[in-house]
Amino acid sequence: MIEKTIAELSAGLAAGEFSSRELTDAYLQRIATLDSKLNSFVTVTADAARAQADAADAARRAGNTSRLLGVPFAHKDIFCTAGVRTSCGSKMLDSFVAPYDATVVRKLKEAGLVTLGKTNMDEFAMGSSNETSYYGPVRNPWNLDTVPGGSSGGSAAAVAARLTPGATGTDTGGSIRQPAALVGITGLKPTYGRVSRYGMIAFASSLDQGGPMAQTAEDCALLLGAMAGFDERDSTSLDEPVPDYTAELNQPLKGLRIGLPKEYFGEGLDAGTAACVEAAIAEYKKLGAEVKEISLPNSGLSVPVYYIIAPAEASSNLSRYDGVRFGHRCENPKDLLDLYSRSRGEGFGAEVKRRILIGTYALSAGYYDAYYLKAQKIRRLIAEDFKRAFEEVDVILGPTSPSPAFRIGEKSDDPVSMYLNDIYTIAINLAGLPAMSLPCGFVNGLPVGLQLIGNYFAEGRLLNAAHQYQQVTDWHSRAPAL
Amino acid sequence: MDLMKDWELVIGLEVHIQLATNSKIFSGAATAFGAEPNTQACAVDLGMPGVLPVLNKEAVRMAVQFGLAVDAEVNRKSVFARKNYFYPDLPKGYQISQFELPIVGRGHVDIVQKDGTIKRVGVTRAHLEEDAGKSLHEDFHGMSGIDLNRASTPLLEIVSEPDLRSAEEAVAYLKTIHGLVRYLEICDGNMAEGSMRCDANVSVRRRGEEKFGTRCEIKNVNSFRFVEKAINYEAERQIREILAGNSIRQETRLYDSTKNETRSMRSKEEANDYRYFPDPDLLPLVIDDEYIAGVKAGLPELPAAKRERFIGQYGLSNYDATVLTGSKELAAAYETLVGLVGKEPKICANWLSQELAGYLNKENLEITESKVSMEQLAALVGRILDGTISGRGGKEVLEALWAGEAEVDGIIEAKGLKQMSDTGALEAIIDQVLAGATAQVEQYRGGKTGLFGFFVGQVMKLSKGQANPGQVNDILKKKLEG
Repeated sequence: MIEKTIAELSAGLAAGEFSSRELTDAYLQRIATLDSKLNSFVTVTADAARAQADAADAARRAGNTSRLLGVPFAHKDIFCTAGVRTSCGSKMLDSFVAPYDATVVRKLKEAGLVTLGKTNMDEFAMGSSNETSYYGPVRNPWNLDTVPGGSSGGSAAAVAARLTPGATGTDTGGSIRQPAALVGITGLKPTYGRVSRYGMIAFASSLDQGGPMAQTAEDCALLLGAMAGFDERDSTSLDEPVPDYTAELNQPLKGLRIGLPKEYFGEGLDAGTAACVEAAIAEYKKLGAEVKEISLPNSGLSVPVYYIIAPAEASSNLSRYDGVRFGHRCENPKDLLDLYSRSRGEGFGAEVKRRILIGTYALSAGYYDAYYLKAQKIRRLIAEDFKRAFEEVDVILGPTSPSPAFRIGEKSDDPVSMYLNDIYTIAINLAGLPAMSLPCGFVNGLPVGLQLIGNYFAEGRLLNAAHQYQQVTDWHSRAPAL
Repeated sequence: MDLMKDWELVIGLEVHIQLATNSKIFSGAATAFGAEPNTQACAVDLGMPGVLPVLNKEAVRMAVQFGLAVDAEVNRKSVFARKNYFYPDLPKGYQISQFELPIVGRGHVDIVQKDGTIKRVGVTRAHLEEDAGKSLHEDFHGMSGIDLNRASTPLLEIVSEPDLRSAEEAVAYLKTIHGLVRYLEICDGNMAEGSMRCDANVSVRRRGEEKFGTRCEIKNVNSFRFVEKAINYEAERQIREILAGNSIRQETRLYDSTKNETRSMRSKEEANDYRYFPDPDLLPLVIDDEYIAGVKAGLPELPAAKRERFIGQYGLSNYDATVLTGSKELAAAYETLVGLVGKEPKICANWLSQELAGYLNKENLEITESKVSMEQLAALVGRILDGTISGRGGKEVLEALWAGEAEVDGIIEAKGLKQMSDTGALEAIIDQVLAGATAQVEQYRGGKTGLFGFFVGQVMKLSKGQANPGQVNDILKKKLEG
């Protein structure tokens, strides 16, 4: 049963083939056996999970038929969980226990999911390889010498290795999609404002968005339905009704207009990856989709723009970690400045410090106009590129990442090369659009991800397109041998 | 001070008023003053990881009320920005404020100067922001305590143009703002509890000079008296510096009320770079004409309109009307008094704004704390108007009322203040005086009319001050000239 998708587990639970407790025990057993190889969990909440599973089984006996009831699950350790440590992959929050649940955590709890634990991640979600975590790198289950991508690398690896059937991720510049691609699972970054950010520790507030990671598009549809919705605690969440995302899954794709941005197929794209994506395009044509080339002329600017805006917001968002109220505090501070500089110096890792410095610089008097303001203007141009494109097409298709997983340590000393890993994903966050990654093949035994980008609130359409592809391919159901 | 006669002061004030909302500007925590430290601070106020601000609509309404009351442009779109700096009582490491686009734009208030003339003072802007907590440096043996009850309490910062030309004008402006916000019931105006705080920008220039001098900002001048003293001290300091051949350094200075001096806190060069940028957690605040019209319809009668009405309806002088409309409570007391007395609104005004106000000022009490009720004062005025007591007798009655006696007629009786209004008795006394001063009567009748006062004096003396002066005048005149 460990191989099953959430939809299958849901059906099995409903049919009484197994109980939530049995399922939960099986996953906990698998985590205990295998996660020492992967390091995908930071915290496993075995006792609480068993108690939740028992409660779910009791609720089912009492007549509760919620589709997610009793399904095991994991949360990226960026979502606050009442009573359970939320580390955000940082020494700074190694001892932090939030007194509240993030809205996403609360909603999924209310839907009946059983939480197995909290997954590893790049520190404060800053990274594309899961190497910046205070708790050590996560390993890609397809090849333990390679990275699983990041920042939601723990969630990605855990789902790929079937340590959990699904997990939350967050995506600021590709942090759901790129790891999903690198480990061969399906991940969805919703429209900005679709899922509440309350209780989701902020990296870059105008870009951060939580979303589901699972084996299939169908599972993502089930999970998104439970996660999404307006939250009065998040002023940037949007008051739009939440459709039943599973209802649209089976629509035929005949006549679907797919755009291929020429900028996503040029220099820098690995040939093997390109071949997988080309094959996927051929599948879509077979499914009846119409494919045409489009242009996103400003997409080349997205990485530099992102590396102004995201660090600028991060430099401010991370000011609260000052050693005064919570989080790491240095020993015997001699004065206030010492308290600040040592607590932050000791609590943050190198990548976080680098981004705080970049962001502080970009917002400084005399540089603000040249960097932050300019970046915001280009951000609008990038969004307009997409707006024009969606006048012609329904879905934009391309690679998620320029290449499959790289070796651990390979890019650690070259931040720019690391940043370029997100070259196809970042523009989507800047525009606030929904996008997903789904498995579309392998190169040298490593998975390749296909990216689908939709118009605002077109998650249903994306999930439909992904689901139809998954009906005629089996990349998503391949699991690594561990 | 002689030093000042060749010099002109140029003053602008920044007034922070705490808005009288029940909950904080970005959270649901209570705002009441004086609670145990840190009992009125929720996760949002503490800046815990993952929390988000949600704007309090009531604070917006109050800001718009203020904008309308000072005839300002209320901006249809305003933007919250983060002001970044580290301080232990600033939980997030930034203060949410408004920077480039404040909610209230340019407006003005009219202040009444001592000579009764009106001066228009420009209001540059007013913006919404959150307050910080408090650092407590005593009682912690070398450490500092932090009380975050005040954190995220809504403030409206009202910035004036540099239109004020003396410390007196600055105080008049501050009092006008104080009265206005209390009329609007958007602030309790309690300066001792910090509900209203003031910083003053002060520069000096030689009279006739057009160019402004270099200004210094004086922080924390938190009473009307200190505003006056601090400005005068600072102006004198600046003049002495210039006369000594030094130039003024632009800096922030702190007023020390115990020593009555200002001292340097930090120079312009040492000033923080606040790295303002739009807060990505809050959408731009957009309000429409309909909303503004609704707020406008709910505005109470404002001081300026009330002053005009008092002048028209009660025939008061501009000065009396200004004094009586200085606070909503005083104006209400006056209208109660006039209603009870039923006539002579000018005499009522005198007894309230001069006689009773004298006692209130002496004990630093508000009209609402008066030891003499309007019913008592009305009874007193009534006894003057019906001739029972003289004005002087009235003052004695008021003194007794203030001392705690209750009943006006009882006091008059006990103190023997009743005027002799019996024409027969008065005539007898007057006859007696005239009979004893035949020489003076001759002289008077011979043209020395200046002696009239002598006869009045004699009559009053003989009647032990109880003769009704008006009647005495009438009868004397008749008898002397008859």
